[in-house]
Amino acid sequence: MQPVICQPAANPSLFTAEGMVGLIFLFLIATVITGALIATMARRLIRAVAGLAVCFTGVAGIYYFLLSPFVAMMQMLIYVGAVSILIAFAIMLAEPEYKDPIGRKNPPLAGPLGFSVGALFFAAFTLLGLNTDWQVFPREGTGDMHHMGITLLTTHSMVFELISIVLLIAIIGALVVARRGRD
Amino acid sequence: MIMLNLYNCLNTYLVIGAMLFGFGIYGFVARRTIIGMLISSEMILAAASMNFMAFNRFLAPNPSIGKIFTLFIMAIAAAEAAIAIAIVIAVYRNYKSIDTEDLVDLHG
Repeated sequence: MQPVICQPAANPSLFTAEGMVGLIFLFLIATVITGALIATMARRLIRAVAGLAVCFTGVAGIYYFLLSPFVAMMQMLIYVGAVSILIAFAIMLAEPEYKDPIGRKNPPLAGPLGFSVGALFFAAFTLLGLNTDWQVFPREGTGDMHHMGITLLTTHSMVFELISIVLLIAIIGALVVARRGRD
Repeated sequence: MIMLNLYNCLNTYLVIGAMLFGFGIYGFVARRTIIGMLISSEMILAAASMNFMAFNRFLAPNPSIGKIFTLFIMAIAAAEAAIAIAIVIAVYRNYKSIDTEDLVDLHG
């Protein structure tokens, strides 16, 4: 299958299968934006974690649209099922007392400055993506699970083993750091 | 209805990735607690993964490498979250707070 950058000629109506798929895609984009808004704007941290889970659910759906259901499944398992729950546990263990935002000691420029920096990055990367003439290479290989597994265990086998060692060291280090000062 | 064909365009995914990155940077600058900054950093990593997956779907010669790189990003992000949360718990035990304003004093 030859990759396509865009097909502006295809113009499906809403009442065909392609139109329904496009509608589902728009819904997923709305899910991602809503989750990101909740994760950055919510005052209470537990709501921010819920927004993060919503945002990553939408991202998993978009991965499904990018023709890789396996990575979408891994996104749901690792991010929504593990990392969000881990952060929720940390909030339960280290509950910050809810401060009234009126009496905050923060520098008053933090909110507007962060918003302007984020908007600047968004505008820069959007313009960069829209104005670059991307070069399409011819495909070699299919990209399904079989091909992915062979590539993972032949070309990238060294990185695969290193990742396992890194995870082991991270878990042992986390145990040591959280344990120190207990007794 | 050109809106219904957005999922066949590379630019759509690039704009979504840039948006996630902008939200992540904003949260990273504006949040007052360590855990809030950790949440925003996870969003920045998700934006990078989104870009990898989009280029893998539309441009790459070998359509497995972007997926494998995304899986590596997920593994590294999980390790990073585990260590960061261990540090958060240790800091909370010493300072009784995770507000970044309270952590600038050195306790000898």
